[in-house]
Amino acid sequence: MASLVPCPNCGRRPKEEFTIKGAALKRPAAGADASEWFDYVYLRDNPHGAYEEYWHHTSGCRRWLVLTRDTVTHEVAACRDAADGSRLEERT
Amino acid sequence: MSSYRLSKGGLVDRMAPLSFTFDGRSLQGFAGDTLASALLANGQMLVGRSFKYHRPRGILTAGAAEPNALVTVGRGGRTEPNTRATMQELYAGLEAQSQNRWPSLDFDVGALNGLLSPFLGAGFYYKTFMWPAPLWEKFYEPFIRKAAGLGKASYEADPDSYEKSWAHCDLLVIGAGPTGLAAALTAGRAGARVILVDEGSLPGGSLLFETATIDGEAAADFARDTSAELQSMPNVRMMMRTTAFGWYDGNVFGAVERVQKHVRDPAPHLPVERLWRIVARHALLATGAEERPLVFGGNDRPGVMMASAMRTYLNRYGVAPGQSTAIFTTNDSGYALARDLEAAGVDVVAIIDSRPSAGVGYRGKARVINEAAVCATRGRKAISAIEVRRDSRTEPIVVDALAMAGGFSPIIHLACHRGAKPVWSAEKAAFVAPAGLKGLEVAGGAAATTNLAACLGEGAVRAQAIIKELGLSCPPVALPKVEGDEDTHSARPLWSIPGVKGKAFVDFQNDVHLKDIGLAVREGYSHVELAKRYTTNGMATDQGKLSNVNAIGLIAKARGVSPGEVGTTTFRPFYTPVSFGALTGAHTGHHFQPVRKSPLHDWAKKHGAVFVETGLWYRSSWFPRSGEQNWRESVDREVLNIRKNAGICDVSMLGKIEISGSDAAEFLNRVYCNAFLKLPVGKARYGLMLREDGMIYDDGTTSRLAEDRFFMTTTTAYAAGVMNHLEFCAQALWPDLDVRLASITDQWAQMAIAGPKARQILQKIVDEDISDAAFPFLAAKEVSLFGGALHGCLFRISFSGELAYELAVPAGYGESVADALLEAGKDDGIMPYGVEALSVLRIEKGHVTHNEINGTVVPADLGFGKMVSATKPDFIGKAMLQREGLAAPDRPQLVGVVPLDPKQSFRSGSHILAKGVAATLENDEGYVTSSAYSPHIGSTIGLALVKSGPSRHGEEVVVWNGLRGESTPARLCNPVFFDPQNERLHV
Repeated sequence: MASLVPCPNCGRRPKEEFTIKGAALKRPAAGADASEWFDYVYLRDNPHGAYEEYWHHTSGCRRWLVLTRDTVTHEVAACRDAADGSRLEERT
Repeated sequence: MSSYRLSKGGLVDRMAPLSFTFDGRSLQGFAGDTLASALLANGQMLVGRSFKYHRPRGILTAGAAEPNALVTVGRGGRTEPNTRATMQELYAGLEAQSQNRWPSLDFDVGALNGLLSPFLGAGFYYKTFMWPAPLWEKFYEPFIRKAAGLGKASYEADPDSYEKSWAHCDLLVIGAGPTGLAAALTAGRAGARVILVDEGSLPGGSLLFETATIDGEAAADFARDTSAELQSMPNVRMMMRTTAFGWYDGNVFGAVERVQKHVRDPAPHLPVERLWRIVARHALLATGAEERPLVFGGNDRPGVMMASAMRTYLNRYGVAPGQSTAIFTTNDSGYALARDLEAAGVDVVAIIDSRPSAGVGYRGKARVINEAAVCATRGRKAISAIEVRRDSRTEPIVVDALAMAGGFSPIIHLACHRGAKPVWSAEKAAFVAPAGLKGLEVAGGAAATTNLAACLGEGAVRAQAIIKELGLSCPPVALPKVEGDEDTHSARPLWSIPGVKGKAFVDFQNDVHLKDIGLAVREGYSHVELAKRYTTNGMATDQGKLSNVNAIGLIAKARGVSPGEVGTTTFRPFYTPVSFGALTGAHTGHHFQPVRKSPLHDWAKKHGAVFVETGLWYRSSWFPRSGEQNWRESVDREVLNIRKNAGICDVSMLGKIEISGSDAAEFLNRVYCNAFLKLPVGKARYGLMLREDGMIYDDGTTSRLAEDRFFMTTTTAYAAGVMNHLEFCAQALWPDLDVRLASITDQWAQMAIAGPKARQILQKIVDEDISDAAFPFLAAKEVSLFGGALHGCLFRISFSGELAYELAVPAGYGESVADALLEAGKDDGIMPYGVEALSVLRIEKGHVTHNEINGTVVPADLGFGKMVSATKPDFIGKAMLQREGLAAPDRPQLVGVVPLDPKQSFRSGSHILAKGVAATLENDEGYVTSSAYSPHIGSTIGLALVKSGPSRHGEEVVVWNGLRGESTPARLCNPVFFDPQNERLHV
């Protein structure tokens, strides 16, 4: 786990200020079929390497962030506001 | 004979004598002593008993690795067990107690364990206590628990305070020995932001006992001058008494600073310990090396000491180990000790050197015995002689102290805290840190460098390279000239010694001896991790700082492989024990669990409320009146009065969230399962929020105060969770919606006014017309109060089933408005009521709370099936709610339950069984979620989640409480016990 999280709004802050929700997945479209929803709600990858997660800066700017973290080295490659920029990767 | 203080020498302040006690005996030391040096100066060589065999133990080291000299320091709430006497600075009035002995250190009954030792070898727990199994709980476990452990913790509260801090630097130097000082000086002079930490009280490390000179200056003086220069630099921070205990992600280091562990009466304005997290762009590990013991018989007897420790006591503290000393060495460091002892007037009777040719340049009087080993010691509570073995002949030599110099193991713990494994270097004969660590370099003794000049040079050169890499310029480094140094390189470690007699200890703290390691290998536990668990080698407070490498060497030898192939066990933080106080910091008591008081807390208190803790909140439970014998009488009165007249209740702790923006209605439409898009301005609506898996998450009312502004309430328990959830929806799921969220829980004092007379009372303070026509059920709007003196929000909503309102006013006005309402309703019989009455009223009405919303229910389970919108294209939980199983007919669903005999009662949590069946898991039909005594029904009533509940009204069942052995015949019924037509709501 990273000791310091590079919040795009607040700078590097201690991890204790954050709450982790888990995998940053794209929410299926309203009419998507049941299996797609089932994957979204219940199935998680357990990758050896880069992983995108939702982190909430609960005791800071109160923004939801998408953090790219290496599950092996714990290095944080990127951290952006969840409302910003690139669309989440589609699960394949 | 025993150890004693020399008449001169050392860095202690002989003008500052200090009194202290050991096991109640008053002793004297000097300022600058550790407890260990002061005990030795007083001839106290026996300081504790060993863990398993209760063998007499003395002081083995002069530093952090000490396995034996663990004592309890202080008294009362300041009692600190397992304090290493070698690390505890002496202060006037220090009180120390020896451990693990009864009735006294000199006469210890537990020493009888030594006689049982043939039965107490490695794995004896697993073998001995296997059978008969029933004896485990009653006999074996209590016996083991009684025997286990070292010092005893106090049950009193710690009176001292602790702190946590962050620090940032370009270069963190860990260890202020020669390497660290040289590095810090180089980086400091170059202008880098440097933090230098050291666990000792004085900077210098090995320089404090070194007799070599540096640029013609005594080593200790060089240390003093260098640290003075460092202290004068504004860009350098020196932190003494600070142990860097762990290396964490992001190059963050954990360190604990013992701010006031060296004083008797800590100043109240300072913490006793401070936990640091140090963010370093780069770090240099200059922690030096640990001298290894040698594994011979009786190597644990008081008077046997590490050679470097003996040299430390002699040169730094002016304490001699005895009158006639022997030195057992595998390298040249033993000769440096011999020279220093002889210079101080202490006889060295023999130097036993495992190597074929003696150390170069030794000109002293001691007899040097080459290719020899100490195979045993004699003595009872202190060493009296050694047995030296050479060419298979054994010779006794009378001594009163023995030094052992088994070579040095680099202290690389921190370098391996992030997953890297130490590697064995055959050339250095040591485990060293792996190359290529990011953000951390290892230098000096920690990198197996074995002489002083090289350490000084390495520190400077590494620091220079690091600061260049950080983009700073660095002036050229001048390397100091060292004279009189001794290289301590040991080419060939001496793992095992021929002809060992008696117990030869590998791990002193855990009483693991040579035979235990052999046994572990023979029984198949030769993997280093298994050997550790099987023998306990390397466990407990010292975590094998002295023992691990020897154990690995012995396992390697037994398996016929190199130590590198055996490998090490995993290094984990903490390097040395860290107190719970330091880890907790200021987060104790109310700083850990603060009290939340509603704006109406003082109002409720004024009217005699009894409070109950719910989460962090203090909520008013009931308001007793004189003459009432118990809480039920008060609650019954409040309930009956509300249904007859009116009551007022503090509901400020409900979560309140303001939602605004042009898409606020669309947003609510997506987060609630029922429709909100077309909620008219001025109206409130009950909403059910689902989780994405279709289960109910929370409920509450949300009111539309303006086209683009809503006032949401949540349950008390889920206020924070709902806020986080809504923020997630707004920011991560639908960032394109124009919606803003603000938590306003603390901004409003909110009170419920319920009962048939609620309107006439409220109308006295509300300026607008609130008649049923003007302000019908579920009306919600901002209102003017007291002729325009104040504005608030009024909602016609009801949890009690009565004509009821909730009024929100700015928090600071809560108390005066509540009092004004009591005054306005005085003639109408208004009374304050608490959450107990609120609970009775809502159970009578079948209203649910989180007792029922237990994370496994969908709307239909609670009778809300028709609320779920069938037309909305999307809302949280919509897709998963369609799952077939969630519509199964036998799901546990909400139902009422009453005892057949009104005199009988039951409790929440009790299970529902069909009549006449056994109380088994298979027969379980559901459970009572809420229960209360209803003064209207005249008996206990309950809500329950029961399989197919709604279709079973009228069925007789049994309410079973296995914990209390109660079985109550009862009947399932409509969960709405009172006014099922809701006539009272709409008056």
